[in-house]
Amino acid sequence: MTGGNGNRAPVAIEVRGLVKNYDEVEAVRGVEFEVATGEVFGFLGPNGAGKTTTINMLCTLVTPTAGSARVAGHDVVKERTDVRRNIGLVFQDPTLDNYLTAVQNLRLHAELYGLQRDVVAPRMRQVLEMVGLWERKDSPVGTFSGGMRRRLEIARGMMHSPRVLFLDEPTIGLDPQTRRSIWSYIAELKEREDITIFMTTHYMDEAEWCDRIAIMDNGEIVALDAPETLKAQVGTDRITIHTEDNDAAIAALKDRFDVDARISEGAVSFGVPGGEEFVPRLFAELGVPIKAVNVSRPTLDDVFMSYTGTTIRDAEEDAGKNRNRMMMQMMHGGRR
Amino acid sequence: MSTTTARPAQSQTPLVQVAVPPHSIFSELRAMRIVWRRDLIRFVNDRIRMLATLVQPLLFLFVLGSGLQQLSSASTHGVNLKTFIYPGVLCIAVMFTAMFSAASIVWDREFGFLREMLVAPVRRSSIVIGKCFGGATVACTQGVIMLLLAPLVGVPYSLALIVGVFSLQLILAFTITAFGVMIAARIKQMQAFFGVMQMLVVPMFFISGALFPVANLPGWLTFLNRIDPLTYAVDPMKKLVFSTINISPEARRVLDPGVTWFGWHVPALVSVAVVLGLGLVMLGIAIWEFSTTE
Repeated sequence: MTGGNGNRAPVAIEVRGLVKNYDEVEAVRGVEFEVATGEVFGFLGPNGAGKTTTINMLCTLVTPTAGSARVAGHDVVKERTDVRRNIGLVFQDPTLDNYLTAVQNLRLHAELYGLQRDVVAPRMRQVLEMVGLWERKDSPVGTFSGGMRRRLEIARGMMHSPRVLFLDEPTIGLDPQTRRSIWSYIAELKEREDITIFMTTHYMDEAEWCDRIAIMDNGEIVALDAPETLKAQVGTDRITIHTEDNDAAIAALKDRFDVDARISEGAVSFGVPGGEEFVPRLFAELGVPIKAVNVSRPTLDDVFMSYTGTTIRDAEEDAGKNRNRMMMQMMHGGRR
Repeated sequence: MSTTTARPAQSQTPLVQVAVPPHSIFSELRAMRIVWRRDLIRFVNDRIRMLATLVQPLLFLFVLGSGLQQLSSASTHGVNLKTFIYPGVLCIAVMFTAMFSAASIVWDREFGFLREMLVAPVRRSSIVIGKCFGGATVACTQGVIMLLLAPLVGVPYSLALIVGVFSLQLILAFTITAFGVMIAARIKQMQAFFGVMQMLVVPMFFISGALFPVANLPGWLTFLNRIDPLTYAVDPMKKLVFSTINISPEARRVLDPGVTWFGWHVPALVSVAVVLGLGLVMLGIAIWEFSTTE
């Protein structure tokens, strides 16, 4: 690790009873957590769970309805400018000026943040090299691919050496290969710079990168721990079966094994301890023809399911139905 | 330090230590300057826009001016119609460009860049002021091009003309940009913004007297003319341009009767103060609008 800054707070983010209401909608309903300095902390949950609203409150863009939060030792309502000096932001939606070059975008950022002039050029080179864009530094951002833009946003977010870096869905809309490369940049960042990273994602596999994750559903934190601990808490293996008659299979599972199963993504899914030993009994005693069976160790998906009663994908579909109408209104006449 | 990813070349370079200095007046000024400069950089890169915004004033001046000349020669006392509408054209040249500059705030919001500026550790007022000066500067470069055409419409160059017209254009451009930024704070979509601006700015331009003398108008039009802020930019511009050309007193009386308030001739300086004052008030409203967060 680089840098041994002695006088920094051990707690990078401290959130107490944070609430945000929009008219009648309770977007965030009293969340509480702490993030230690140097930690990679993840917010996991379906779209519409309140992750972005929480991030917006932490980075002073949205004023909380109730509760308080301190970021890098400063109150997000009373010491807005101090919070802003100490945080870097990478938003879900692009915030680059496409008509300017990569260097012009970074220089603009350096000026807005009032960085010392003599360190601007070397720092710019450092962050651009870190994300592999040094060779393209003089190209207009408009000519960049989606992945390159996101990398440039990360570089810009790091430009002023923030103590806390917020990444709101840093890999959304990117192909798997680019997602992997973004993650390797973030991992390297954590190695090189003395920084706390707060991120949101709705990709389960990405949450594995975090030291700790908070699972958010419906504006509330339903679980908070290290990914491994959360998975261990589930305690059961997940068995997924495809059958001719899912409803009959669920009834039979309840009847013969006293197991609560539910339909998820078109298959019958349930958790049992010792899944591999359970499969032979299942074939022998279920009485409903089974077409295919899958046994898996607990994943974050199972953690999510055990806390919310639904898979993250199903939760998004439900949320999506309600959101579609809103989206149509938002998109009307505007382009995103 | 353990390197999980293979990027040996950079691991050797020492980390450049950067610190964001505490908030001060200098950081505000730097923020203002970079917002202003960004408008200039983008304007210089955008040659098409530069040309496009020149089309409208040139149309008014040469097409409308030459075309209507045949009808109006009897009533302009020998003064070329192009000369007569030149002060008005000097005003619209900066008006429409200033409007475009303000529109870029809506654009920035749609494409996300506004957020980058709004989360910076500086006051919103610095961003808004930088933006208004940026719009005013860009508009004035257009204004200067129109100013250079003066001899083509029978107005000779003089120091008073150049300094006077430029200052008036600067003030007008600033006010229009502030007006646009004030509107842009509330309107989130480009089409809606241009709709509102067209609805307000085009009538303001026509009513202002840029294309006709403002005396002896029908009552309703006189009323609208006197409450139109643009009137107070066009009137001193007319006085200034007409003071540098040689025309009969009779023609001057007909073509440049001047704005009156209940029979009182409004002096040019008062008119300018009205425009500048309005600009400052709108700037204040724009700052207030951008400073209130959700």
